[in-house]
Amino acid sequence: MPDVQALVNEFLNKLKKRKIEGSQATAKQTAELLRSVISQQRVPRTNQAGALIDAVRAIGEQLIVANPIELAVGNIVRRVLHIIREEDLSLTTAAVAELNLSTVSDDDDDGGGGDQDDRPVLSAAAVAAAARNTLRPPSLQMLLEGAPDFVAVPRSSSSGGDSEGKSKSMDRNSRTRKLKHDIIEAVNELIQDITTCHELIAEQAVEHIHQNEVILTLGSSKTVLEFLCAAKEKKRSFRVFVAEGAPRYQGHLLAKELVARGLQTTLITDSAVFAMISRVNMVIVGSHAVMANGGVIAPVGMNMVALAAQKHAVPFVVLAGSHKLCPLYPHNPEVLLNELRSPSELLDFGEFSDCLDFGSGDGSPLLHVVNPTFDYVPPKAVSLFITDTGGHNPSYMYRLIADYYSADDLVVQRRHAAGN
Amino acid sequence: MDARRGSLPVPRVRQVGFFTPNAQPAPTRSQSGPPDSSSPPLSDSPASNSLSPVMIPPPRHHSDNLAAAPRPTSPLPVPEPSPFRRRGADNNNALLVGSYNPAETLLAMSPSSSHVGDGESEETMSGGWFRRSNSGKLASSLPSGTFDFSPVQSTAEALKPNKVQNPVGISEVSARPAPKEQQPEAPSSSKQPKPKLTKAERRALQESQRAAKAAAKAPGGGKSVAAPEEVATIKSVKQHQTQKKDAPQVAVSVAASERKGGDKSQEKERRKDAPAPRMQFDDKSRVEKAKRRSVVDQTEAKKRVELFRHLPQYEHGTQLADLESKFLQLDPMHPAIYKVGLQYLAGDISGGNARCIAMLQAFQQVVKDYSTPPEKTLPRDLTAKISSYVSFFTQCRPLSMSMGNAIRFLKNRIAKLSPSLSESESKSSICTDIDRFINEKIVLADRVIVQHASSKVKDGDVLLVYGSSCVVEMVLLHSHELGKQFRVIVVDSRPKLEGKALLRRLVAKGVHCTYTHINAVSYVMHEVTKVFLGASSVLSNGTVYSRVGTACVAMVAHAFRVPVIICCEAYKFHERVQLDSICSNELGDPDAIGKVPGRMDVNYLNDVSNSGNLQLLNLMYDATPADYVSMIVTDYGMIPPTSVPVIVREYRRDHLLI
Repeated sequence: MPDVQALVNEFLNKLKKRKIEGSQATAKQTAELLRSVISQQRVPRTNQAGALIDAVRAIGEQLIVANPIELAVGNIVRRVLHIIREEDLSLTTAAVAELNLSTVSDDDDDGGGGDQDDRPVLSAAAVAAAARNTLRPPSLQMLLEGAPDFVAVPRSSSSGGDSEGKSKSMDRNSRTRKLKHDIIEAVNELIQDITTCHELIAEQAVEHIHQNEVILTLGSSKTVLEFLCAAKEKKRSFRVFVAEGAPRYQGHLLAKELVARGLQTTLITDSAVFAMISRVNMVIVGSHAVMANGGVIAPVGMNMVALAAQKHAVPFVVLAGSHKLCPLYPHNPEVLLNELRSPSELLDFGEFSDCLDFGSGDGSPLLHVVNPTFDYVPPKAVSLFITDTGGHNPSYMYRLIADYYSADDLVVQRRHAAGN
Repeated sequence: MDARRGSLPVPRVRQVGFFTPNAQPAPTRSQSGPPDSSSPPLSDSPASNSLSPVMIPPPRHHSDNLAAAPRPTSPLPVPEPSPFRRRGADNNNALLVGSYNPAETLLAMSPSSSHVGDGESEETMSGGWFRRSNSGKLASSLPSGTFDFSPVQSTAEALKPNKVQNPVGISEVSARPAPKEQQPEAPSSSKQPKPKLTKAERRALQESQRAAKAAAKAPGGGKSVAAPEEVATIKSVKQHQTQKKDAPQVAVSVAASERKGGDKSQEKERRKDAPAPRMQFDDKSRVEKAKRRSVVDQTEAKKRVELFRHLPQYEHGTQLADLESKFLQLDPMHPAIYKVGLQYLAGDISGGNARCIAMLQAFQQVVKDYSTPPEKTLPRDLTAKISSYVSFFTQCRPLSMSMGNAIRFLKNRIAKLSPSLSESESKSSICTDIDRFINEKIVLADRVIVQHASSKVKDGDVLLVYGSSCVVEMVLLHSHELGKQFRVIVVDSRPKLEGKALLRRLVAKGVHCTYTHINAVSYVMHEVTKVFLGASSVLSNGTVYSRVGTACVAMVAHAFRVPVIICCEAYKFHERVQLDSICSNELGDPDAIGKVPGRMDVNYLNDVSNSGNLQLLNLMYDATPADYVSMIVTDYGMIPPTSVPVIVREYRRDHLLI
């Protein structure tokens, strides 16, 4: 499939060159790419889900390596994998239910033979159910009669196995097409979700912004813009302080947009955040990614704002679409999940070029310039996450994230490492 | 003589309010108002009693508005009150006649009192205080009605708890009709031994002062001292005022003050030295008044940030051309002052020490070129001149607190000039005082701070500095010269980007540097071992008032458990307190926020910058809470922030005397 490969390569290049700005755009493009990958993927007769998973995983791996900082890519890859698993599972359960019906109906006729054939399918369903159980909360019923289920799993899986492909070849064909169709449908839904998450988040604005509120934000985020404008449309009048977010000055952009929409906006320098925060009622910021522990990867300077807000007991609210929820737990995120940008944003190359030169003196330059892109805000500094599913505590994020991802996909590279 | 009596009751109010618990529930105004109410006779040197002339108190009090309201129109009997003053000068009866004006009602009275205020050439806070206290007195004297009050009656009145201001009434009532000899008895009627003592002391002080004055005048000679009584009448109150500060000098001649007055007068002095409230720019009438006086023609910013209405917000860059055109007309302005003012305005001089030194040197120049005009005395006229210069500086750029301290020092020295000195001696004495202030309080202090602070720099340290503080820079360079191996992280912030200049100087000296902006401070804080920060001022609650962003850096350092060391000369300590950065601050040029020099891609705000909804806020300072400060290195040693008020208190005398 040269066309898919070309698409992938083009996207990889964009990622590597950091051409795509913003996690939403990245997420959307990743999902679209994976959709075309899935639709073009030729699936074998047996184990189509496995084949799809392998294909998506292989591409996802490349994408993640291309820009490991852009966590949205990995998130989308994992979500697509999860979708494949889910669709496969639902198809299997549907088939099992059908089978069960048929076995019950012609139980008398078939006798032992039917039983033989039946087991592997049942067992696959049971395994899938067990896999789901690890993620889904156990219902009271399952807790009470869970024992037989779990007992059934090892027995059936040991007994069945190779006899899978034999039965129902007629069914298979339709199921293959149905699986792919369902998956693409689901990925379309995912893309839809990514594009509309602003609106879902913005709908909640009126619940959080009251009259005459003073809101501080840093940098620029489309989600924040929509959120504030939604409150404005509901006739709430409030003022917004925008910290400019040097050295990218995205705050200027946001201020411009806000002014264009008729909001009372005051632009301040980043250094004035501490001075102003005592008069601020709420800090509302966007994020780059939300980690499973509730920590936030956000534009640089956010940790300072969060600390100031914490000091003054000002609620620190983070808006995040579900594509930003990352199932990983951060380790040393300030360094590992960060990226240093060009020093030219801080200093003119001409000004200090002699000091920046590695060649002079003992090899190490006298002057270093540090220009990180992101900041890590620890979960204790965050008061509330507002996602498209509603408001959540930082401590709840791991649970929310578990809904979107399957436990098997958390480490996308695992298979690759094993293959090596 | 009687005129002095007129001034007497005024300080007594404070004493009564302070010493007797049963006469107490005095409203705050009676306590804060009267102490300064002796000032109006000083009218021609408005700032001589207010330590920092920059500050005009906001109206807190109804009577103030009452008095101020009729002023522009002045509908009420104009000739009436001003004769009082003149008559006061003639009859030696100045204040009493005024305050006992048969116009009995408060309303009828207040205009007259406001006219007393009008009599002042440049009335600032003194006028405000006077009016306030005056109406207070009236209110208290109203119930008494008649002039002839026996001391017993008035005592009875005084003991009524609700007569808040009564002691004033008593003293006035008793003082006026009573012959001179009875005066010492008057306080006894109010049954308070302490007021009596201090009153006696004050009388003694005044006597001696008058003697000294007369003595000074005889040789000083510019004036016709035909009637010493008159002169005393006019000046007694002022003398009285300066004398309180002058305690150490005059005390030699005054036996009475030796006994008990010492600590008390100190206490009083301390109370009087409490910082006067600042000018609040949301108060329209005050702003109007200030505008009329101002030399610099400033256009107010069209878009003022709501939260900061109390601060001056002017269009930047408009004043300079105007001032330049006015250059030749500015007759009274000394060229040195003018030059420094322009430099402030243009931002050529920045940094607390540099500004302070430039100002002091300009004043030195002024003093050198000064000659006392006829009919005037050097201390008073020079103080008035300096006050007007200071207000010019304020218009160019709001004064820093360190400059306020320096001005206070200078005025104190001028006020304390021995009257026996000749003009040239006085001038040279002032000049040496200025030199000594610069040397000891700034240059030497910096050297001491550098010694202390560089002892804290160890090999392998990573030091974080913010902005550009000259003391911190000296510390770094000195440590580098000592051969210590350390790295410096220079954190910078918009819009001034002062760190770049510091970075250049450090790199030129071969210091290993890392440069970043304030947003990345959490990123670099991991490796930092110490944070060195400068300060514009350290307030007596330990708050560090410094370049905006300092608080952010200190906060992040605190969160990462990195010690924060503030380097600040002790002359920048101030007894003012502040909790946030909003109440008092300075606003820079808002246009500097919208434009990012050197970044062509950042021009989002070019087309919306005149939209009504967009405000640009360029704060200049912020207040770092004391919690974030581990240590303050000052010329008195290394102290915790909690010790700042102690330094302010204990070394105040030292500051002023050097």
